[in-house]
Parts: sequence; structure tokens; C-alpha cells
Amino acid sequence: MALAFDEYGRPFIILKEQERKSRLRGLDAQKANIAAGRAVARILRTSLGPKGMDKMLQSPDGDVIITNDGATILEQMDVDNQIAKLMVELSRSQDYEIGDGTTGVVVMAGSLLEQAEKLLERGIHPLRVAEGYEVASRIAFDHLEKISQKFEFGPDNIEPLVQTCMTTLSSKIVNRCKRALAEIAVKAVLAVADLERKDVNLDLIKVEGKVGGKLEDTELIYGIVVDKDMSHPQMPKRIEDANIAILTCPFEPPKPKTKHKVDIDTVEKFQTLREQERKYFDDMVQKCKDVGATLVICQWGFDDEANHLLMHRNLPAVRWVGGVELELIAIATGGRIVPRFQELSPEKLGRAGIVREKSFGTTKDRMLYIEQCANSRAVTIFIRGGNKMMIEETKRSLHDALCVARNLIRNNSIVYGGGSAEISCSVAVEAAADRHPGVEQYAIRSFAEALDAIPLALAENSGLPPIDTLTAVKAQQIKENNPFCGIDCNDVGTNDMKEQNVFETLIGKQQQILLATQVVKMILKIDDVISPSEY
Amino acid sequence: MPVERLLKDDATEEKGERARMASFVGAMAIADLVKTTLGPKGMDKILQSTGRGRNITVTNDGATILKSLHIDNPAAKVLVDISKVQDDEVGDGTTSVVVLAGELLREAEKLVSMKIHPMTIIAGYRMAVECARDALLRKAMDNKQDSEKFRSDLMNIAMTTLSSKILSQDKEYFARLAVDAVLRLKGSTNLEAIQILKKPGGSLGDSFLDEGFILDKKIGIGQPKRIENANILVANTAMDTDKVKIYGARVRVDSMSKVAEIEAAEKQKMREKVQKIIAHGINCFINRQLIYNFPEELFADAGILAIEHADFEGIERLALVTGGEIASTFDNPESVKLGHCKLIEEIMIGEDKLIKFSGVEMGQACTIVLRGASAHVLDEAERSLHDALCVLTQTVADSRVLLGGGWPEMLMAKEVDELARKTPGKRSHAIDAFSRALQAIPTIIADNAGLDSAELVSQLRAEHHKEGSNAGIDVITGGVGDMQKLGISESFKVKQAVLLSATEAAEMILRVDEIITCAPRRREDRM
Repeated sequence: MALAFDEYGRPFIILKEQERKSRLRGLDAQKANIAAGRAVARILRTSLGPKGMDKMLQSPDGDVIITNDGATILEQMDVDNQIAKLMVELSRSQDYEIGDGTTGVVVMAGSLLEQAEKLLERGIHPLRVAEGYEVASRIAFDHLEKISQKFEFGPDNIEPLVQTCMTTLSSKIVNRCKRALAEIAVKAVLAVADLERKDVNLDLIKVEGKVGGKLEDTELIYGIVVDKDMSHPQMPKRIEDANIAILTCPFEPPKPKTKHKVDIDTVEKFQTLREQERKYFDDMVQKCKDVGATLVICQWGFDDEANHLLMHRNLPAVRWVGGVELELIAIATGGRIVPRFQELSPEKLGRAGIVREKSFGTTKDRMLYIEQCANSRAVTIFIRGGNKMMIEETKRSLHDALCVARNLIRNNSIVYGGGSAEISCSVAVEAAADRHPGVEQYAIRSFAEALDAIPLALAENSGLPPIDTLTAVKAQQIKENNPFCGIDCNDVGTNDMKEQNVFETLIGKQQQILLATQVVKMILKIDDVISPSEY
Repeated sequence: MPVERLLKDDATEEKGERARMASFVGAMAIADLVKTTLGPKGMDKILQSTGRGRNITVTNDGATILKSLHIDNPAAKVLVDISKVQDDEVGDGTTSVVVLAGELLREAEKLVSMKIHPMTIIAGYRMAVECARDALLRKAMDNKQDSEKFRSDLMNIAMTTLSSKILSQDKEYFARLAVDAVLRLKGSTNLEAIQILKKPGGSLGDSFLDEGFILDKKIGIGQPKRIENANILVANTAMDTDKVKIYGARVRVDSMSKVAEIEAAEKQKMREKVQKIIAHGINCFINRQLIYNFPEELFADAGILAIEHADFEGIERLALVTGGEIASTFDNPESVKLGHCKLIEEIMIGEDKLIKFSGVEMGQACTIVLRGASAHVLDEAERSLHDALCVLTQTVADSRVLLGGGWPEMLMAKEVDELARKTPGKRSHAIDAFSRALQAIPTIIADNAGLDSAELVSQLRAEHHKEGSNAGIDVITGGVGDMQKLGISESFKVKQAVLLSATEAAEMILRVDEIITCAPRRREDRM
């Protein structure tokens, strides 16, 4: 730690407890940061592409997660290094924004950092590198726009959407039945999509999983599935044309929030109170019955007596339904959530064609299906699978697929996958570099090389000779002037991604390049790392 | 420059080959652990809990063994998980699924060391599993139409399942118990209607199936011990002191006499409640909650049998079998559905008195009373019987049946072998490996029975090369036998679940190339 001295030669303390802090500055700091960023990227590199491998992560509590999703891996890894944390953030923001390509963005950033290190060693100032990257990312961004293609789809023609979702799913463990899952994802998104406004609210798609059965049994339900059963074991298990009262008040005697005491000092009072209590229960049930409800869904619990009264009056009920589920049910059935019994009215009831209870396996698991709702805009994807990890991973994969479908509805431009877009950008950036005066030229050229990292990793993971394959594809792209040539990961026999139907969304790709460049710029700008040392 | 501290302090990271080795080794260790329990001559395990009392469990059930283990290896946890799911979903085959997954990984390990990429192995396994499933589908027999034959199928399945368990001595007897119980359900898979009661004493052979429902409760003193044509009210209500449920209510009085008055009012309230209950025209009252002495006395006076403190499941089951509803309010007696049964009586099993409800409205219910020398025997017997019941209900739902004794495995192995021969490329190695893994199951069954497995399995394979062979391992005589004649059957659904989930798990573990173990969460010191 450098010491500063004042005019009398006494040491001058700049940082609090500076002797206990470790400090890296200048080129060392940059190199350390780059090394950390690359280490993170290296972990994810092998997960890229359809032949990418999974990571097994054991959480602090001992649970095991097996996944291939970049964002999930990084989140669960619990990294300690500051720069590594930045990379985690990077992947997360891609996840929030686009939902797919979380691995690619980190690999891209890692490769940009790797190239930057070489430039730094040559003595190029980090800021010049950053600026060069910025210019290059613009070029790549525009080039992507140029090679992108619009494609048409509609509610009747979902095939293109399904194909794109299949590309996303093919890198996951669920690729065994990617076709079925892709169709489910697309149908789910189309069901909730607002094609006029080109917007999709993914909150309306509920993804529910239950262990057991096969992956093939995964189904899309136009309605809501709730992991609850009827409050009384003898209530009917199937209700047709249900009028649903959605309540957030418990079937219990009222509990005023202010503290109070009801004093009983005479026998009469005792009796009136008893009478009142009985009447209260009666009233609650009667009110529900009066408005014509045939099913009560309640956020809270029921008293034993209320439960029996409900049963007795032939009014099936479900208790302890979570807030989010309650909202979804309200949306789906077109009902209103009612906080007080007094406010119940017939128009606030939701309607559903069929409500049924379904049981699974040998254990007493039951779930409630609410189907044929008044408003079909809320759907549920119900995942079955061999074990918990499988279901969790399927959930994540489906989330990616849903996001991709949504992005396509927002913006129907696509680029081709299999690394073809990166190779094409790389060629374009390389060409642009030569025309750029100044030191940035080197940085731009490095950017082009960094773009090659994705097809390289793809080829490597697929067991192809990476450099051979890349050079061949690149040459082919330039020779045939065909930006759709990519890495043939699945050994189909053609390099033309258009023929293989491997699509990715344009905004996803653009976002990847922009985000990766931004983070790299940020990392390059750091020249001093002060951290508390271990004690 | 090496990166220092990318992960937190105690976290570990295993990469590439090492990670793969770690998960293979872990998974195979688990498979080897339960391997010896497979088959009719499989051995049991003793499990001692670390909790207070050091309870021990003696079991042969794969899921139970694995559930009780504390495992640190992440890959091993995957296997434990599939075994649990198998238990939940089909109830049996919990050992087989783990062993098969272990064997698949063992074969995969060899292939990986031959420099075949895990993804290629997975592709091969996938082709193989499809082919194997098709083979099973083709060979499955369905005797749903012929009820006589179907029953014998069920008997065979039950006997096959039970033969590997502690009940194997009396398997015929128990198989009949189980089949009778399941057939009474008439196609529903609701195992709740079958109650299993365990009473130590006697021998396993003294166990019996009772048509009615047996409640492990005593009849109150001074109340009738035997009721014919009983009208039963099943209730869930407070019969101690009926509290006022309005929040914040409390009694505040200023003199002793007032206390007495209120007490009297309370008593009066209870008396009214009892009156109301009696007004239902019942002669038996069963409550989930306590019944205090006072109301009990009132019931006794009215000649009503009152049973308190039946557990919740008991209540639900009772309501189910007697056809009554669980009541909590008693104001409109005319519309409450009462339960009925022909006869309620107190019976003695061993030294315990139990209440038996016979001639219940719903004929589906029955109770199996297990007798046995010790609690451990009983526990294990219950698990075995539960397995058998699960398999049977699954078979009733999906009536396709296969032969047992390693027959399905050999059949699949043969089909998969043929597929391997037809498939070009590296995948054929993986398909080959799949067939070897399948053959490992009969090998283990033979090994566990102390037979010459190499000889037997090769004989079996030759036997299976003929079309329509029914050959399997006959553990009793120690040779190859006709499974059809020996009556050894298995449920198609169980076999299919074993095949699919084992492959799924193996695939999952194969895909892993890096293991990151986070730092264990620090426990707060409890000082």
C-alpha cells in the first residue's frame, strides 16, 4: 500500500485502516479483473449450444440443481469476486430483458476481455480499447439489423414461432420432446398475447410442476391449476358451470384490528353472544349462496363449523389459496376479488366451465383444475417429469422458450443461429476496421476476433475441430455471400441455418452484443481495486 | 494469472473429467448399496437413525433405504430422488430403478474412457430406450376382459412383488389379501379406503382381511358394546367446552354466584348441543376431538355409543365408508347425512380392544390387520403390503401385464441389441451398452440368489433368441424356467416407469461436466 507523506514527512492516512486493505492498481488491477471475468466465462463456455453440457450445483443447504441455463448457474454459484459479480449481473439483465441467450452473453463478454488483455499488453490505453469496442458494437448491431429477416406468423400459422422456440429448447435437457414443449410454449404465449399492441404479459402464464409421470405428459391447460383441494373431503370433485366467489376474508368470526375485550358477566350476555356467533357463520354462508356462487375460493382458512355449513349448504370451497393464484383465478374467470362478505354481488363472481379435482400417483396429491374460463387469457403449463430437478430445469427451459416467443411477437425479426450471425458480424466488423483511422482500429479488429468465440465454442462443444470448422464456414460465408452459414452442431449435413430452421430473435442477439460490450467497457475502466483483506 | 477467490471460501469446484468421475462414482456407490436387496433372494438392510432413541428399521425397500440415508454426493441425490418419485408414482420397483440407472452410468463410464462424447452416449441411450419401450409394448398382455384371468394376473403380480419381501413365507396368503382388498375398490385407485392396522403379537400368518372398518379406539364406559343397524354421526366439533369463537370474548364477573351461573349456562349449552346431536336419531357418535366426561355421560344415558379422539384420517375414512358426512353444526338434523352400518361391536385382537364396523354402506372399504412378532417386522410387512397394493391398483388402472424374473429385461436387451447392429456410427456403442445394462438386472438377481449368473444369463440370452420365449430366471430351482408357467408377472406400468426414469436420471448425470458446491450455510451456534 502506497503511503503518502505530508510536508513534515509524517505518514498520512488516506484510507481508513489502510494497512488492513489490499489494493491493486494500474495494469495489475485490469489484468486481475480480466482474469476473473474470463474465469466466469470459462465455466459457462461448455454449456453453450445444443451439445452443451450441464452443471451440477449444490446449494448451501445441500439441494442439488442441474442446469444448463447461464443465468441460473451464475446465480446459484454464489461468487465472491467483485468482477465475477458483474458478470452475474450481466447474465441476469439479459435474462430479465430477453430471457434467452444468458450463456452466450457471458461467453461473449469473456472473449472480449480476453482480446482486451492482449491489446493492453501492447500498451494501448484501456479507454481507447473501450472506445474501439463501442464503435465495433455499433457496426455489429447495424449489421445484425441488415441480415435479419422478417417472418410472418399468425394465430393460424404458428410454425415459424415453434421453430424458433425449438432452437432455444434444443440446448436444454428437455430436447427429447422439444417439439411438444415448443408447441406448448407458443400456444400459451399466443393465448395471452395482445397481437394488436404486440405485447405479451407473461404473468398470465402460470407454470406449475408436479413430480411424477413423463415429460411427454406435460400439458397446456386453458385455465388455472391450483395445488389445493376442496376444504371438506366430501365436497363434490367436479363442478360444471361454476360461479366462483373469490374471497380474501376468512370464514371465521371477525377479528377487529383494534384491541378489544368483550366482557361476559351475565348469563344473558353469554347466550346472546353464542347466538350471534352462530348467526355470523350462517350469514357468511348465506351471503355467498344468495349471490349465486357455486364455488368459493378463499385466501384464508375456515373454521370447522363454517366448513361444515358450506358442505351442508352444498357450496364447495377451497381454502388457503395464495395471493398470486387468487389474482390469476380472478383474471381467468373474470371475477373480482372480494374482501368482505357484504360486498359480494352476482356480477363480482367469476365463471368457469368446469372445475375439477384430479389426483396423482399413489400419494394423496390432488390438484384443482379450473377450465373453460370466461376469459381464456390466463393459461397454465403443467409440467410432469421424472424428478424434482428435471421439473425445475424444464421450468427454466420453458421460461426461455416463452420469452423467445414473446420477443418474436413484439418484434418479428429473426437472425439465424448456429453462430452464423456472429460469423457474419465478425466479417463485417473486420472489414470496417480497416477503414477506421486511429488506435481504435486494433480494438475493432479484436472485437471481430472476439465474436468468433461463440461459433468456436459451439463447434468445440459439438465435438468438431473448432478452428477448421470456423475457417471453413467463414470462407463459405464470404464466397457465397450467404450470411446464414453456421456451425452444424447436430450433424445434419448442411451448414445453411436457414435450411436447418435454426432461428434466434434479432433483439436477443443485439442485446447480447450491447450488454457484453457495456460490461467489458466498465471492467476496462477500473484501474484501482481496494478490498478489505482477510483477517 | 490465477484468479483468487472466485467463489466463496468453502466452496469447491470440480471440472470436466473429475466432475464426471465424482458423479459416476457417487451414483454407482448408491446403486451398489441397494443392489443386494434386488430380487426374491435379496437381503435386507438395517438402518439406525441418528435421532433420539436410535430407532432401527429393517427393510428391503429401496425407497425406504435411500430416504433414510444422508448423502453428500450430488449425483447420488439424483438417484435417491428418482427412487422417491418411483415410490410416489407407482409404489414398487424402487430398487430396480436405482440399479438400472447405476448400471447405465457404469456402462457410460466405460464409453467415456473410450473417448466417446457423453452427448453421443445420450443420443444412443435415447434411441435404445425408445426401442426397448416399443418391445415392452408389443409383448405386454392385457387380460382386462377376462375377469378370471385378470384376477390370476393380479395374484401373480402380487406374489412376485411380495416374494422379495419379508412376507415371502406367506406370500400366497398375503397376495390373496391384497388382491381381495384392491378388487373391492372396484377400479378406483384410492388406497385410503384400505386401512392397514398393525398389532404386535401372533405370527404373520395370523394377519387377516376384514370386510368392515376397524377403529383403534375404546368404547366409553357404560355405553353399549354392540349395536345393530347403527346410525352413525361423524363429527368434528369441540365436545370439551364449547368456546365462544368471537375474538376477544372473555368472562369477567364480580361474584362467585355469577361464576356458578355462567358455568351452569355453559353446561346448559353443552346439554343442548348433546340434545341436538341425539335428535339426529343416532345411536353412535364419533368425534375427531375430545369428548369430556360430562357429554360422554349424557351420551351414555341416551344409550349412544360415543367415540372420542378419532384421528383425522380415521374420521375421513370413516365418513367415506359409512357414507355419512363430517358434521360440525347440528341445527338441522333432517338434512345431515348419517352414516350407517349393520353392526358395531368391540373385538379383541391380541390384548387390545378395537371397535369394528361391519356391513358398511360402501363395500369398498376394508381393513387389513397385520400381526407379527415385533414392531420391526410389522413395519416392514406394512411397507411390503403397501408396495403390493400400489402395484395392484396401478395394474387395475392399466391392466397390461408382463412376465417377471428378468424376462422383460432380456426381451428389451435383445431388441436393443438388434437396433445396435443396424445403427451406424458411434451411437451404436451406446446402444450396445444400454443392452448390457439391461442384462445386468437378471445378472444381479441371479447373483443375489447365489446362482452362477454368467452361465444363467447366457442361457437366457440363447433362450430369448427364439421367437416368443417365456424364459426367465427361476430362483427357486436355480435354472432357466418358463415364467408363464411359474406364474411370475410384473405390471407393465411399473416396468415402463423404471425404464424411463432410470434413463432420464442417467442422462441427467451424464450431461454434467462441472460440479460447483457452494459453501455450506453456517449454522448459528446454539449456545
